[in-house]
Amino acid sequence: MTDVKANGGTLLRARPLSPHLSVYRWTLTMAMSIAHRLTGAALYAGTLLLVWWLVALATDAGAYETFARFIGSILGRVILFGFTWALFHHMFGGIRHFVWDVGRGLDHPAREWITALSLVAGLALTILVWIIAFLIR
Amino acid sequence: MARNPQSMRSSLAVVRGLGSARSGTSEFWHQRLTGIALVPLTIAFVWIIVSMIGKDYNTMRRILANPLAAILLLLFILSGIHHMQIGMRVIIEDYIHREGAKIAALIANAFFAVLVGFVALFAVLKICFS
Repeated sequence: MTDVKANGGTLLRARPLSPHLSVYRWTLTMAMSIAHRLTGAALYAGTLLLVWWLVALATDAGAYETFARFIGSILGRVILFGFTWALFHHMFGGIRHFVWDVGRGLDHPAREWITALSLVAGLALTILVWIIAFLIR
Repeated sequence: MARNPQSMRSSLAVVRGLGSARSGTSEFWHQRLTGIALVPLTIAFVWIIVSMIGKDYNTMRRILANPLAAILLLLFILSGIHHMQIGMRVIIEDYIHREGAKIAALIANAFFAVLVGFVALFAVLKICFS
């Protein structure tokens, strides 16, 4: 531990820092906690896409055509798929947090199972919705 | 005033007499409340989108003008912007430590959420009533 000088010039030992992410072995619950925050932030940005869609639909057929061309492009599809997954991942992550909020599923291995389940459920529902989308297209 | 000798509150805190006023957990509570609402509303939102796949412009507008679809979408937008504003606020408070930058980010966050929300709500209402 490095020594630091306080204001008065007295030599003090550096205060111990709380252990940050980098000192832990990676666990699923940890990665999913970060993923919950990241998908939340992504959905925040994704509201711009929602607003574009609604405003284009409220404006006229021409404005909607511009939106439809973007969302129908490869990039648009990739963004929309990411949006779908982020939405469902965050939703199941939220449900997991509700279970933890009431004090259930916190023990080992229940917390691992519930975390893995929310990950799989988010992916499965995303894929299911896209399969339905392609079938009724 | 008798003081509990075990109390960890400073003398200044006792004089000021400011407690939580029972509002300390309001943000936590609202995050959960909107979260609970958003589970069925998200399913409804995705359902509405899926029902529009392959439809032309006028049909899409008609689907959204349906009162049930419109109300569910309006509730989704309202709960969503409140939920995301609280979420982003927590992220800002966690990672931005410089006071000026933090306050600027919190203001931008509040403005963004309200702007996005109102534009989206207005668009849905316009589709419904025109």
